[in-house]
Amino acid sequence: MNFIETFRVAFEALLSNKIRSGLTMLGVIIGVMAVILLVSIGQGAQVYITKEMTGMGTNLLIITPGKTSTRGGFHPPSAGTVRKLTYDDSQALRRRAWLLTDAVPLVFGTGKLKFQNMGRDIMIIGTTPEFQRVRNLFVDTGSYISQGDVDSKSKVIVLGTTVKEELFGAESPLGKVVTLSDARYRVVGVMRKKGTSLGMDVDDIVYIPVTSGQELFDTDSLFEIIASTPRADDVDRAIAQIKDVLIKRHAHKEDFTIQTQGAMLETMNSILGVLTAVLGGIAGISLLVGGIGIMNIMLVSVRERTREIGIRKALGARNMDILAQFMIEAITLSGAGGIIGILLGVGIALLIPMFVTVLPTSVSLWSIMMAFFFSAAVGVFFGVYPARKASLQDPIQALRYE
Amino acid sequence: MIELNDITKTYRMGEVDITVLSGVSLRIQKGELVAIMGPSGSGKSTVMNILGCLDRPTSGSYRFENQEVSALTDDELASIRNVKIGFVFQTFNLLPRFTALKNVEVPLIYSGVPAKLRRERAMPMLQQVGLSERMHHKPTELSGGQQQRVAIARALVNHPPLLLADEPTGNLDSRSGDEILKLLVGLNREGVTIVIVTHDQNVAERCNRTIMVKDGQILSDRVRA
Repeated sequence: MNFIETFRVAFEALLSNKIRSGLTMLGVIIGVMAVILLVSIGQGAQVYITKEMTGMGTNLLIITPGKTSTRGGFHPPSAGTVRKLTYDDSQALRRRAWLLTDAVPLVFGTGKLKFQNMGRDIMIIGTTPEFQRVRNLFVDTGSYISQGDVDSKSKVIVLGTTVKEELFGAESPLGKVVTLSDARYRVVGVMRKKGTSLGMDVDDIVYIPVTSGQELFDTDSLFEIIASTPRADDVDRAIAQIKDVLIKRHAHKEDFTIQTQGAMLETMNSILGVLTAVLGGIAGISLLVGGIGIMNIMLVSVRERTREIGIRKALGARNMDILAQFMIEAITLSGAGGIIGILLGVGIALLIPMFVTVLPTSVSLWSIMMAFFFSAAVGVFFGVYPARKASLQDPIQALRYE
Repeated sequence: MIELNDITKTYRMGEVDITVLSGVSLRIQKGELVAIMGPSGSGKSTVMNILGCLDRPTSGSYRFENQEVSALTDDELASIRNVKIGFVFQTFNLLPRFTALKNVEVPLIYSGVPAKLRRERAMPMLQQVGLSERMHHKPTELSGGQQQRVAIARALVNHPPLLLADEPTGNLDSRSGDEILKLLVGLNREGVTIVIVTHDQNVAERCNRTIMVKDGQILSDRVRA
């Protein structure tokens, strides 16, 4: 009995029971669709994060006070006193670490911003003029914080567009005085609209000079220093320079941590990779359930067609022929379900970004291949038992079966 | 052609063994038309199943065309059923989803005959049993007599030397039963060896040899003059 013939017989049997075959396939369709959809969402997130992080400005180095190992592990709290990272540290880096184009000091926190009778909590960043360049965030109208503002601890403030619109509407805010946590600030500029990045509304932030910020948050330390180098190749040497400068200033102790953007990206990507695998795995379980559905229906089908099996055996079908017939039926169910599931999964994955902008998707060939082979394998695996049962039927018993 | 020697068959039913056949010996020559008769439970169906290679004897030897059959594997038995033996059943046993033509083609599928050739060989068989106009009907659209003709065409499509019929007229009215019987007698004249299991005295009378089976043994074996 040749393959095409076996396939035809199996196909006719499936067609003669359309609703049942359709419902059985639905289990596999949903499983395959879920695998492809969830994996493409996970991968979409990865692509999105990579794009956003490189969009923040390239070759960034972030220096934070305190030593933490990127390899994890346990640090006893008595491992030496932590010297604060100061504004002077950032100035020293600017002067002496010549591979850095910028070394921007940063303090941040939240505070209450009020104008006339309106007010609300807001994210505040205290920084220097170079912040615009390293983070790719530029002022639109008016001016940004100047070095003079930083030096003289001026009470000046630059508003993000969202804040500006909420407090001033269409009116120009330049020169107006707002209250920020009980201190009065003069508005000098409004930022260019940027939108959300990594889930944060970049336009819902106000900027003040880093020195005023330290006063506002009542600290003489910095929260971090963002440094940048022009070339990716220089990152390692730049790290060495930063260490050299800061260790000398910090009584020969490395009590700070330098994170590179690449390392952060890697961490994010590995987290998302695990997430994608977990999502795919959960979806895989539903595919497994679909496979059990196939086995169930095949067992019913074998029982219903006991007589047919008996007739075929009496007419000369070998056990192999019967086995092949039922196996191919199971594989056809799962294979066709797999193909439909792939089409639906890919289709929906491509449609999602058109309607839900915060959910980027990325369909990869390997997830399609994996889903297809997995669904075919489900057919083989769950088809074997019923098909074997069918092939081992005793022809006499089968012929007598009512 | 057929040589049964001291065949016994026992089934295990739970704790006890049930002996269905004990010491059956039988020879059938090529070209014979044999009726096997006996009350229900006599073991005549078991004789039929063993003759048809659907079942193996517990002991004894069965030689079919000078080949010892009782030692063959399942697949070898399947191949003998496919090529050497045609079956006709009381309940017709056609595949309900297939047309008459497709039903006749089924044994050829298992002989590995390509699709086009199968049609070419199945169609004249249906013509021979007088059903050339109903080829594309499904079994449910055919009368009992017509269904049994399809079954006979199917049994003959591989030109087997032996045709086994188990109560072939049992589910038919007397007129169609008679027609089927005529068809079988005609086939026998053309040289096909036929064994019919039946309750029906009328059927047995048309055969030239009648074997009576009772309690798993052969009671009598008469050849009509």
